[in-house]
Amino acid sequence: MSHFSKLSPEQFTAIGAEFDAIRNRVRADLGERDASYIRGLVKRQRQLEVGGRIMLMIPPTWPLGVAALSVSKILDNMEIGHNVMHGQYDWMGDPALNSKNFDWDSADTAKNWKQTHNVEHHTYTNVLNRDHDVGYGLLRMSTKQKWEPRFLANVPLTVLLHTFFQHFVAVQNLKIEEVLIYKTKTTAQLKEDFKPVWKKMRKQLAKDYVLYPVLAGPMAPFVFVGNVAANLARNVWACAVIFNGHFPEDVEQFPESILENETRGHWYVRQLLGSANFSGGRLMHVMSGNLSFQIEHHLFPDLPAHRYAEIAPEVRAICERHGLPYNTGSFLGQALSTWKRIFKLSLPTRGAGPVREELVTAELEPLRMAA
Amino acid sequence: MIATSSPTRFLSTGLRRVLGSRVAAAMAAPHSVDRYLELFDPTWSVNEVRAEVTAVRHQTADSVTLTLRPNANWQGFRAGQFVRLTVDIDGVRRTRCYSPANSVHAGNEHIELTTKAHPTGFVSKFLRDEARPGMIVTLSQADGSFALPQQRPERVLLISGGSGITPVMAMLRTLCDEGYTGRITFLHYSNAAKDLIYAAELAEIAARYLNVELLRAFSEGAQCGELQGLFHREQLATAVPDYAEATTFLCGPPGMMKAVQKVWTEDGIGERLHLENFTAATPVIDSTNAEGDVRFARSERLAANNGATLLDQAEAAGLRPEAGCRMGICHTCTCRKLSGQVRDTRTGQLSDSGDEDIQICVSVPVGTVTLDL
Ligand code: FES
Repeated sequence: MSHFSKLSPEQFTAIGAEFDAIRNRVRADLGERDASYIRGLVKRQRQLEVGGRIMLMIPPTWPLGVAALSVSKILDNMEIGHNVMHGQYDWMGDPALNSKNFDWDSADTAKNWKQTHNVEHHTYTNVLNRDHDVGYGLLRMSTKQKWEPRFLANVPLTVLLHTFFQHFVAVQNLKIEEVLIYKTKTTAQLKEDFKPVWKKMRKQLAKDYVLYPVLAGPMAPFVFVGNVAANLARNVWACAVIFNGHFPEDVEQFPESILENETRGHWYVRQLLGSANFSGGRLMHVMSGNLSFQIEHHLFPDLPAHRYAEIAPEVRAICERHGLPYNTGSFLGQALSTWKRIFKLSLPTRGAGPVREELVTAELEPLRMAA
Repeated sequence: MIATSSPTRFLSTGLRRVLGSRVAAAMAAPHSVDRYLELFDPTWSVNEVRAEVTAVRHQTADSVTLTLRPNANWQGFRAGQFVRLTVDIDGVRRTRCYSPANSVHAGNEHIELTTKAHPTGFVSKFLRDEARPGMIVTLSQADGSFALPQQRPERVLLISGGSGITPVMAMLRTLCDEGYTGRITFLHYSNAAKDLIYAAELAEIAARYLNVELLRAFSEGAQCGELQGLFHREQLATAVPDYAEATTFLCGPPGMMKAVQKVWTEDGIGERLHLENFTAATPVIDSTNAEGDVRFARSERLAANNGATLLDQAEAAGLRPEAGCRMGICHTCTCRKLSGQVRDTRTGQLSDSGDEDIQICVSVPVGTVTLDL
């Protein structure tokens, strides 16, 4: 909150206008360059996918096949899927690159993802109880989140989340914790919500773990293991990139009260304070879907992501002018900082409530889970 | 129609069956099979009609005639029908309707489209200046009820103006190709002889087929046409005395079409007149006041435009359109605008007046707007 209180109302208005100006300028400039960029990338991704799947069937090229398929899945989900489903390329009018139609090579349905991500996460970024990405209902990611004994498992659960990321994301919109822990949702409702998710999950599982292995005949086990590896690589990478974008230690979380009378300027500042970048070369940016420019992405979620690198210096200058932080660091530095936060928050925060009592329950919790 | 079957066409039909199968779909899921086929050839597609431009001709200064080779998905057309052609211009997909001008007997591997570049015609200008052999375009299947009936009429009158010549050109060529013996009058209006598209071919057809009468009317100065000036009743009565007995096909600019229609209605022979409407460009309104109506086409509701965002107006009208952020970032509210102009509340920019996707939470209507909602 500290940075919010430092700004005057005039400054909020000015910041809003300055960011709007960047957006409008880039928006007006969109054209052939952006269209060829995304089409070229789709083409490259499909080449890697087709090539990867073929190489998985031939023993000597198997490792290459795993690499190609992993990269293809990462591109599909991040620089293509995530960005297209944000509506970054809607202006092209191409049904195949439109946020309404696009679906990705992931267990999550496009529809559910757009709800939790585009609506909840991007509108209410880092606002507790509104942005489900703050901990995914699974982890404690902020001191402002009340400690519960289950958060002792913060670290192992984060490892699990990285491993099965696509499936966690797939069930994110179901808000399972509301059924299991808070009892604010019924099992019947959960079952109903799960139907479309299961339909997509099933298709994805069948494709990677039945159809392609069967088509490979005697090479089936290789293809099966190769697909497991590629999905795992994508899961871990995507999860790590996303965690780096919102959970390094200096990134702020906000109480719901911040949304009252929020102006466009306030919204921009909240996006800014709630996101973090990491540095890297062109390859790093493409592989992270340009979420290495998480700050720019949160300011302008529907501008084509390959433009973020170009506008980053301007964004940084605006931050400096108004004395706002611009959180950036190396990939590893941000990751380390994130894991530190996750570890720290698994323990009850000192001074926040009756720590002693919570510790007692906490000790009981693992026992109950084991039983 | 004459079935032309080349080996490649035969092969691609067999292949298409495999590619259209459920296994292929499951292998490509969640993407479409087309997306993978494009890796090999941009015209390959399971369902879409895509075509390669094989020749580009400029018959007049402001027109372009494209010869297209469609893929095997093209099902052919009836003379007079139109297709929707889609091209990407500076990254943006644009679709316009054009009537093929070729004979239906030219075979399914060949489509000829002619367009005249209007000063405001974004796509036609692009095609005239940029179309090159090798360019790939997307087409719809042929559509429209303006077409020669299967049972050919006994006497045919074809009236056209400007680039409205294309569908009736298809009719003329088709009838000539199939040895039609009834009488055909081809009455065409244009500004000047130099603007007449298909001039040489028309003259040649008229000389070769005794049942074809060519009447060219030029409106500018003293020209060597059979007729002078714009369409009017007396001129018609003198030039085509038996017009009331003919089955007439009409395509041209709105003013001319109206004049022709008037004569046919007054004579009580309206059912003998078939016409293709050119969609006239809607005037640009730059008023900031709330005017006109908001029409919700799918739910068949109408509300007077009150100047609020389309999302608010839709909700006020009792509709529940999908929405999320309500501030233009999530694209949940994206909806098809069928016609009319809107202003972006963030940038103040005015939209096109045509068919396009808009985010209704940040769009206010300027004048009457029709939404597919
Ligand atoms: S409701 Fe989010 S863009 Fe309109």
